[in-house]
Amino acid sequence: MATSDQLAINAQHLVRRFGTFTAVDDLSFRVEKGEIFGFLGPNGSGKTTVIKMLTGLLPLTAGEATVYGIDVRTDPEGVRENIGYMSQNFSLYGDLTVAENLRFYGRIYGLSPERLRQRMDDIVQLNGLGPYLNRLSAQLSGGWKQRLALGCAMLHEPKLIFLDEPTAGIDPVARRQLWDLLFELSAHGITFFVTTHYMDEAERCSHVAYIYFGKLIADGTPETLRQLPDVQPPGTYRVEITTPHVTRALRIARTIPGVRSATIFGQSIHALIDDHVDLEHLRKELLEHEIVVAEIRPLAPSLEDVFVELTSKHQAFEEASRG
Amino acid sequence: MVNPFRGFGAVFYKETLHVRRDFATLFFSLIIPILQMFLLGYGIDTNVRQINTVVYNADGREQSRELLDRLRNSDTFHLYRYVHSDKELNDLIISGKCRVGIKIPVDYSDKLLHQMSAQVLVLIDGSDSSVAGQAINVTTAIGLDESLRRVLGNNIEGNSAFAVDMRPKILFNPDSRSPNFFLPGLTAVLLLNVTTFLTAFSIVREKERGTLEQLFVTPVRPMGLLLGKLLPYLGIGFFELCMIVTAMRFIFSVPIHGSVLLLAFLSLPYIFVSLSLGILISSKATSQASAMQLAFLTILPSIFFSGYIFPRETMPKFFYVLSYFVPATYFINITRGIILRGAGWSHLWLDALALFTMGSLLLVIAARRFHNKVIMA
Repeated sequence: MATSDQLAINAQHLVRRFGTFTAVDDLSFRVEKGEIFGFLGPNGSGKTTVIKMLTGLLPLTAGEATVYGIDVRTDPEGVRENIGYMSQNFSLYGDLTVAENLRFYGRIYGLSPERLRQRMDDIVQLNGLGPYLNRLSAQLSGGWKQRLALGCAMLHEPKLIFLDEPTAGIDPVARRQLWDLLFELSAHGITFFVTTHYMDEAERCSHVAYIYFGKLIADGTPETLRQLPDVQPPGTYRVEITTPHVTRALRIARTIPGVRSATIFGQSIHALIDDHVDLEHLRKELLEHEIVVAEIRPLAPSLEDVFVELTSKHQAFEEASRG
Repeated sequence: MVNPFRGFGAVFYKETLHVRRDFATLFFSLIIPILQMFLLGYGIDTNVRQINTVVYNADGREQSRELLDRLRNSDTFHLYRYVHSDKELNDLIISGKCRVGIKIPVDYSDKLLHQMSAQVLVLIDGSDSSVAGQAINVTTAIGLDESLRRVLGNNIEGNSAFAVDMRPKILFNPDSRSPNFFLPGLTAVLLLNVTTFLTAFSIVREKERGTLEQLFVTPVRPMGLLLGKLLPYLGIGFFELCMIVTAMRFIFSVPIHGSVLLLAFLSLPYIFVSLSLGILISSKATSQASAMQLAFLTILPSIFFSGYIFPRETMPKFFYVLSYFVPATYFINITRGIILRGAGWSHLWLDALALFTMGSLLLVIAARRFHNKVIMA
């Protein structure tokens, strides 16, 4: 476990209520310096509320949180000096040029003119905005807007950057490039707090947490989450079955003894099966029902599998405790 | 240690860039007031003259024609048509062609000759109260004058020897020119219009774009942000005031009896009020369309309850009290005071104080609302 001076964020028992509605319910997590922390959860589950609490915009109803050792309750200004924030709509001034946008945020953070010039050079070099400096930012494509927004958010060399759905509505190439940039920056010690809907992006994070209606239901590296007993019960393993007849195969597979669950994933089926059922046996069973299996192989659970399992467990638990 | 105005310079500079880039908005917000000035300066005359009048002169003799001449010479009535029946008289009024109908009965001259009281029927269309009022006043006055002349005329010849001789003298706007009355008031309404709209829009636009959210997570202090956004529009409002006053003086020839410098100085608290109102609106509105509606809501009272068009003295008690809460009331008193009556600081400081108090109060409320509804939302 990391000691507290290695922590970028230390949130303990965060609670936020709006009237009688509890948006954030006893949330605790730690983010280490230099991590890319993926904060996931369905819409309306409280992700943005948590960001607002950690940036000092929203007072905590209960609990405590520090960002790089600074208490968000007593020194929100100090927190804001040290963080960058990029919202999902990139929040740029469309009628200002790229350079003017950058200069504006530089002045806001009180950079001296020399420092500002130097930082702008650094950022332009890093994200390739050079040719567009004098273009109005409204005329940039989505990917470039996003780079500019990131540039604005990191002009003052923040130690921690919040990215709220940074890749929503961006083409795949630009998404890939953004992630390459994030890895590069994180190698320089910058911590990222990223919310996203894309599971492939979650897989790239060094640390993920999943929030479901204000409660944290998963927290760890993608690797540890895959091995959670709830996701991967002892005595079971996952397989991927590739076949031309997926729908019929699914129906059959669910009737085979030893198959605990099965779902369709594109042209294949993901199934959770007992250890004593081997792959050859499964192939034979399916062939008896005239289903030709192209390929069958063991599979590690994806993060999507993890979140699906944990969410349904959580729902079942909620219902049980209510009933 | 913490500078409460942090970020002011950056926001101010950025805002002037927005204003320069969005030239169309600036242009229209400066041109529309000038258009309104022309409309009100040239198009509207509140002095009632030449009311279309229909006459049914059943008498037709000399005394009756004398009476009609006097009506015609008053400049209030335009004898539009002579008719020969009650029905025609009524029809012309009902159809709206004439506002006033005058019927002189058959025995008008006879009664006068026999020293009896002669009646003249004056029908007045009451659908426009100012026209009706003027018609009543002038016909009554002519009737009274005519009667007195007849009663006294037999005894004393020549100059009038009425016991009491009222000599009214209109101060400050002797010709009752409408531009002199309207334009100083219009200044107040236009200034409110432009500055409130512009500030409300500039903030709501940032809300729509999401840039406001972005600014809140920077170390910008709310005061730095608000002042940085307000000051450019204060400048525009001030420029507009100069433009309006110049046009008023040189195009519409409204004489300015007081100090222009004082007018400029006293406009500052008023512009301050309008800007604060703009912030208040922006804390409520979520889109530019809703900001527009709310801004109109604030403009209506300044037109109707400020004394700009309708005199406050004739308002029902409730609205009269309400008018004290309308900023334009005070500024109209200031503009009319300085421009028409040559008023000075000693006459107007109370109005200035009222405006300043209102502005500060509004700014505090706006800042608080802004904090609770926008930042915390």
